[in-house]
Amino acid sequence: MSHSMDDMNLNAPHSMGTTIIGVTYDGGVVLGADSRTSTGVYVANRCSDKITQLTENVYVCRSGSAADSQVVSDYVRHFLHQHTIQLGQPATVKVAANLVRLLSYGNKNMLQTGLIVGGWDKYEGGKIYGVPLGGTVIEAPFAIGGSGSSYLYGFFDQAWREGMTMEEAEALVVKAVSLAIARDGASGGVVRTVIINSEGAKRNFYAGDTLPLWHEELEPQNSLLDILAAGGDGPAPMAE
Amino acid sequence: MGKAVIDVPPKGGFSFDLYKRNAMLSKDGVQLPPFTKTGTTIVGLIFQDGVILGADTRATSGSIVCDKNCEKIHYMAPNIYCCGAGTAADTEAVTDMVSSQLQLHRYHTGRESRVVTALTYLKRHLFSYQGHVSAALVLGGVDFTGPHLHTIYPHGSTDTLPYATMGSGSLAAMAIFESKYKEGLTRDEGVQLVTEAICSGIFNDLGSGSNVDICVITKGNKEFLRNHLQPNPRTYVSPKEYSFTKKTEVLLTKITPLKEKVKVTEVGDAMEE
Repeated sequence: MSHSMDDMNLNAPHSMGTTIIGVTYDGGVVLGADSRTSTGVYVANRCSDKITQLTENVYVCRSGSAADSQVVSDYVRHFLHQHTIQLGQPATVKVAANLVRLLSYGNKNMLQTGLIVGGWDKYEGGKIYGVPLGGTVIEAPFAIGGSGSSYLYGFFDQAWREGMTMEEAEALVVKAVSLAIARDGASGGVVRTVIINSEGAKRNFYAGDTLPLWHEELEPQNSLLDILAAGGDGPAPMAE
Repeated sequence: MGKAVIDVPPKGGFSFDLYKRNAMLSKDGVQLPPFTKTGTTIVGLIFQDGVILGADTRATSGSIVCDKNCEKIHYMAPNIYCCGAGTAADTEAVTDMVSSQLQLHRYHTGRESRVVTALTYLKRHLFSYQGHVSAALVLGGVDFTGPHLHTIYPHGSTDTLPYATMGSGSLAAMAIFESKYKEGLTRDEGVQLVTEAICSGIFNDLGSGSNVDICVITKGNKEFLRNHLQPNPRTYVSPKEYSFTKKTEVLLTKITPLKEKVKVTEVGDAMEE
């Protein structure tokens, strides 16, 4: 039996399987993401930062092709910087989202990236804009994206409500990303969040072992031998 | 026969001269030799004083080892080096090109190059070729802002990491790093760990082999340890020398110094500057 390296295509484009979330709360927004970047089935980076800064008050969550999303956010950061200089005051979240849209829609045949733009400005307060694959812009109180988001639509229908506090919103985001990580193979690692409000932007980091364990998830162990020695049954046998 | 035609070398761009010959050969069943790839294990890690880069030295052309001791750690700037995996021509060309761009940039700005500058030049170039320039790089260096280590993928995406591996042997090397890396390694611990990771690639990956190259970069200093470890020496050397059958018979050897034929006189003033 030969094990071919071709089974693991290390030249596959770097994609961020991903779970990304953006949620508004009373006074600002909370952006959240996992940290897994995969190349085929290999995890190329287990602690990537998918929440990228565009300006002091606007951040973007990236999903899809790593190269495409990095290039788009670089361009938008550059244009926003220029715009801020010309405008003479901080750019609004709407302008940032629009710039993202212009690039995503205008190059839709070449790009494969879904983005969530979130931030705070003095005119509209906290705002979230989703810019999925085709380049449309959707302004919404919350947005989810990436492969892991499939598992969160029902969760958000039930768990999201208007007028949450900052702590509630962040707890919701962390819980949601952690649920998606549990079910989506292409999401994993740690949970990163950025909270943006009138006072600025604050980054948070939640390591894997601080996240709650969901259905059938085991406590981290050093070895299977420890589990068996403790008198447990070991992992359940495969279903018939 | 008409006017003598002078063979002018082509001005640049792709020369199609051999196209007909290649077409004829492939019709006869002769296949093009596969690209020279560096199967490769390349790694980098950040230690307490800077960055250590490591690489194996095997270059393959299909399943043949075409170079047993090639250099995969490329110079970018006095304080920045780059390991390359993928198509050897692509990694060589792209690192050479960006190295020149960095030098011009240094003249322009009057400052030491920064690792992020090299990173940006490389990722913009690779992205614009949409992954067709098959170069996967581990870029490391120490500049004014501190030590930096980045990985760059053929499609143009980059990651910033404390330890990184690339190439076909990357999984073997990453297994070593994930079990033994810790922050604040000393120089010797770092070199030891990098050597172990590259050896893991050399012995467990068919696309990597031969020797271990290391490059240690610290603030204001770099050490290029070419063939730091040679765990695959040539074990058997035939006592009989190679003998090649003589093809052309030498009938007569006569050496005539030209001074006998030509009289050389030194006349007149030296040339004016």
